[in-house]
Amino acid sequence: MPDALEGTHKIIKEAREQQHNQLVPTVNDFNQELTTLNLGPTHPATHGIFQNILQMDGERIVSGVPTIGYIHRAFEKIAERRPFYQITPLTDRMNYCSSPINNMGWHMTVEKLLGITVPKRAQYMRVIMMELARITDHLICNSILGVDTGAFTGFLYVFQEREKVYEIYEEVCGARLTTNMGRVGGMERDFTPVALEKLRKWLKEFPAVMREFESMFTRNRIFMDRTVNVGPITAEKALNYGFTGPNLRAAGVDYDVRVMNPYSSYEDFDFEIPVGTNGDTYDRFLVRNEEIWQSLRIIHQALDNLPEGPFHADAPHYYLPPKQAVYKNMEALIYHFKIIMGEIEAPVGEVYHSVEGGNGELGFYLVSDGGRTPYRLHFRRPCFIYYQAYPEMVVGSSLSDAIVTLSSMNVIAGELDA
Amino acid sequence: MAENTEESAAQQAALPVEDPNKLTNARVLANLRRMFGEDAFTDVDEPYGLLTATTTRERIHEIIQKLHQDEEMLFQFLTTMCGIHYPDHEGKELGMIYQLHSLVHNVRLRLKIFFPIADPVVPTLTDVYATANWMEREAYDFYGVIFQGHPNLIRILNVEDMDYHPMRKEYALEDGTREDKTDLFFGR
Repeated sequence: MPDALEGTHKIIKEAREQQHNQLVPTVNDFNQELTTLNLGPTHPATHGIFQNILQMDGERIVSGVPTIGYIHRAFEKIAERRPFYQITPLTDRMNYCSSPINNMGWHMTVEKLLGITVPKRAQYMRVIMMELARITDHLICNSILGVDTGAFTGFLYVFQEREKVYEIYEEVCGARLTTNMGRVGGMERDFTPVALEKLRKWLKEFPAVMREFESMFTRNRIFMDRTVNVGPITAEKALNYGFTGPNLRAAGVDYDVRVMNPYSSYEDFDFEIPVGTNGDTYDRFLVRNEEIWQSLRIIHQALDNLPEGPFHADAPHYYLPPKQAVYKNMEALIYHFKIIMGEIEAPVGEVYHSVEGGNGELGFYLVSDGGRTPYRLHFRRPCFIYYQAYPEMVVGSSLSDAIVTLSSMNVIAGELDA
Repeated sequence: MAENTEESAAQQAALPVEDPNKLTNARVLANLRRMFGEDAFTDVDEPYGLLTATTTRERIHEIIQKLHQDEEMLFQFLTTMCGIHYPDHEGKELGMIYQLHSLVHNVRLRLKIFFPIADPVVPTLTDVYATANWMEREAYDFYGVIFQGHPNLIRILNVEDMDYHPMRKEYALEDGTREDKTDLFFGR
């Protein structure tokens, strides 16, 4: 074994011993005996597979150590072998509550690398799909927060609405959860009249349900008691911990990638960034609810101003042709073959592109050495970055507070572990 | 590509009229050179509009700490950091890439360091950014970069008793087209 590795092992060993010593309760005083509680790895209240080793003094949490990596699937390593299109399914499976955002973020990264300009219509279509995904993501997070405080009904109300959004996805691309509607250079196909009709119908029906959902929780005494001043984090700390998305905005920082670095024509739309003040669970809930309304505003604007024109860029070397065209058109067949066999060669370069994901800045750092696969692909996964602040947010509170804090942070295990 | 550069050139031409105090890449670079010396940075480039510079591991901690505290530029947000492995670069096989973001000015900066794989020790950034903790554990897990001064440098995503660092290039993924394996029991 080389010396460097041996040193490494020593460091691991020492660190593990140190961690172990921290975990083992020290019995100095009879009254201070601590209980070790394993919250997770698989527990309905942990919303995924991650473990929290909590030290409890009665009902109060003294310290916590989060352990992750239970569903690590080595996406970054796998991506080094895959042509650009075949990385799309990896991105789907990170934040599976809002997979269109992940997909399109990845496609935009490749477009940036290749220098493809996407036509306006495709950009607006992307905006519609991404905002739908954001709405479903926030709906799930907020309604599960309701379930964790003991209110199951609201969850049923909005889950039905998510189902309807998934039907729109199905109409647009054929898939529901792991969508495949995006392509490098645009969309796979245009919106069908049925899809537009479903979308308009949903836009008409959804606000009533949303209002009902809000009226159930927002001024609910029990809900407020369970969430106000629970799991707070200050703006300064949130920034230092690298928070983004609703979690950061709830602490009062109006950082939104859609406004700061507009992509996909977000600069054309008129919307506000809701911010909170305390950074507690209640603020995170309110910020997400308000973002749903803002997303609806964006969708309305995009639908009303949907430009005419092509739904994909004229880039045959990179744009994967729709399957129907492949059956009938020789050119499409050739390009389809070339792209699927991975004959696209990307230029040498490195590119960082980020989009506003369901729960924060989702970034793609791509290093290309001119081959058909990325030399290195690093995902900036918002969940991974802010979950490390969890112990700090829950220390001193009770176990039931820890549960609602966790669900209001919207940590998706698929994205945490990649 | 051509269109992008034209656009950014047009934007930059339009900017001085609007706001002469705007923090541009050129100004960040001038500040960096003034604060840390002309020879602190090599390979300065601007791929896709993001200022990129390479420095050394001896100076990286000082540079990032000063950038974090600098009241003009305010690089207070560490977007991400990740490792990279170039097996062919003799003496500079491993690298770390830091991406900083100045939220006030909306300027991003990418800093890189490279060091030999036989001596993969770099200073930790956990005293500057709390978020560096897990990112460094991840880089240690995947590339074996040892962060001096890290409070809890153990594996994060892989199992703890692994004795190699899987993202290094010597561990190639197996060929997806190989046919000598039977998949009889797969997916039942």
